[in-house]
Amino acid sequence: MDNILHVSSSPHVRAKDSTNRIMAYVILALLPTTLFGIFNFGLKALLLIAVTIASCVATEWVFEKIVHKKSTISDLSAVVTGLLLALNLPVTLPWWEAVLGGVFAIAIVKMMFGGLGQNFMNPALGARCFLLIAFAADMTNFQTDTYTGATPLAAMRNGEVINTMDALIGRTAGTIGETSTIAILIGAIILILLGVITLAIPASYLITFVIFMLIFGGHGFDMNYIVAQLCSGGIMLGAFFMATDYVTSPITPNGRILFGICCGILTGLFRCFGANAEGVSFAIILSNLLVPMIEKITIPRAFGQVKEKKEGK
Amino acid sequence: MNKYTERLYNGIIKENPTFVLMLGMCPTLAVTSSAINGLGMGLSTTVVLVLSNLLISAFRKVIPNGVRMPAFIVIVASLVTIVEFMMKAYFQSLSAALGVYIPLIVVNCIILGRAESYASKNPVLPSIFDGIGMGLGFTVGLTCIGLVRELLGAGQIFGVQVLSLNWFTPITIFIMAPGAFLVLAFLVAGMNIIRKKMEEKGKPLAEPAGCLNGDCANCGQAAICADKKEA
Repeated sequence: MDNILHVSSSPHVRAKDSTNRIMAYVILALLPTTLFGIFNFGLKALLLIAVTIASCVATEWVFEKIVHKKSTISDLSAVVTGLLLALNLPVTLPWWEAVLGGVFAIAIVKMMFGGLGQNFMNPALGARCFLLIAFAADMTNFQTDTYTGATPLAAMRNGEVINTMDALIGRTAGTIGETSTIAILIGAIILILLGVITLAIPASYLITFVIFMLIFGGHGFDMNYIVAQLCSGGIMLGAFFMATDYVTSPITPNGRILFGICCGILTGLFRCFGANAEGVSFAIILSNLLVPMIEKITIPRAFGQVKEKKEGK
Repeated sequence: MNKYTERLYNGIIKENPTFVLMLGMCPTLAVTSSAINGLGMGLSTTVVLVLSNLLISAFRKVIPNGVRMPAFIVIVASLVTIVEFMMKAYFQSLSAALGVYIPLIVVNCIILGRAESYASKNPVLPSIFDGIGMGLGFTVGLTCIGLVRELLGAGQIFGVQVLSLNWFTPITIFIMAPGAFLVLAFLVAGMNIIRKKMEEKGKPLAEPAGCLNGDCANCGQAAICADKKEA
């Protein structure tokens, strides 16, 4: 009540960053991808994105009403979750399944564990995996009027050679937001320039993935294959927008690199040896679960701290 | 309420093994993919529980304290073998659906828990009622979880299609393993809300029925007892 006398603990110099602002930056960075998705898949994609975002925001509002908490929908985090979830859905998904995904992301993955900052896995990816298990057929149905073939990843798995240029630009089948590597990279550059994310996680993720594919991909040093693998599926969207989620990635510098390596190895494992062609979402949420342990072993040494010597007898 | 109906109420509501004591989680999560499986598992456990409580209570004065666990296991295992053969003979499809979880009733913690904390210290008749109460509580819990999972995951109730597949897409995650955890968590949360409401109204569900003998380590009520001695 007396804010004048309220002195918080140090540091007293405040940056302008707030949850609100960072979320707005992320939305801005996702705009190229979103717009390309709408351009690529038509107005139906716009509808699905709107429905998913509305479902996430409404769920957060209703949940906080029920448990008598202050509403946090204005911090935009639910909007980001909804947008990311929608970008991870195929455009053919029935709208009510997308709504269910939004409810799962916010109510179960996020709010049940205490809201923003407390969730142990990325809400959007948690919901995507929920939908993937719950509606396996609908979630892997990428047949639209424009695209009747398999996704690039599925095609490559069948031994076909795909057009890398198409995968780079995004004129392929897939989920709404994953197809265009270029649009995602524009967003990633925006995020890096604005200082929202650092390169540690995406770089270690992608480098590890490339090394894994060189060794186990079965195509040797075929650069065409490696680039095609990088440009298709959700790996770019995952590496820049979802693995870098503040809440579910490590805060220690070395931990971030280790986290990226975990994501890369798991993604490679799932793509090479898994039952499905794609495994980015499972790789990232599994790595999310490892974060507490990663942070524990990568606490940086404080200045002047001496390593404890093992006592000899 | 006399002590027999008190035992039934205790097992089904107050100390429900599934929703309150959280015992026997392994079959709870594994076999409740449909209501009929939950019911079958619950009833077969109830049969074993009632008979084992009866026998253990009857033999409680002759079983030496040092070897009571092996003795309990022998009694329970014999009963489970009988139940297993009966199910194979008369309920073949259910027996096939429940699979290895029928023999695993031997190591179900509800049965050993009741033997240790109740039947081995109390006369035969209350022990039987304790077995019936706990068994029915377990059956109710499993059937509830099975009902929800079957309805959401297949649109059926006891194998009857109630949600038409014309407009309902089964949410198959609910009949798979993750669904078991989700549904159990929500039902336990619901139970806790009811419990809290009852306490606010001044009618607590979890009022300990009086200390048995001050032996908190072996008391079935220790989890919810307010006067528990800290170990």
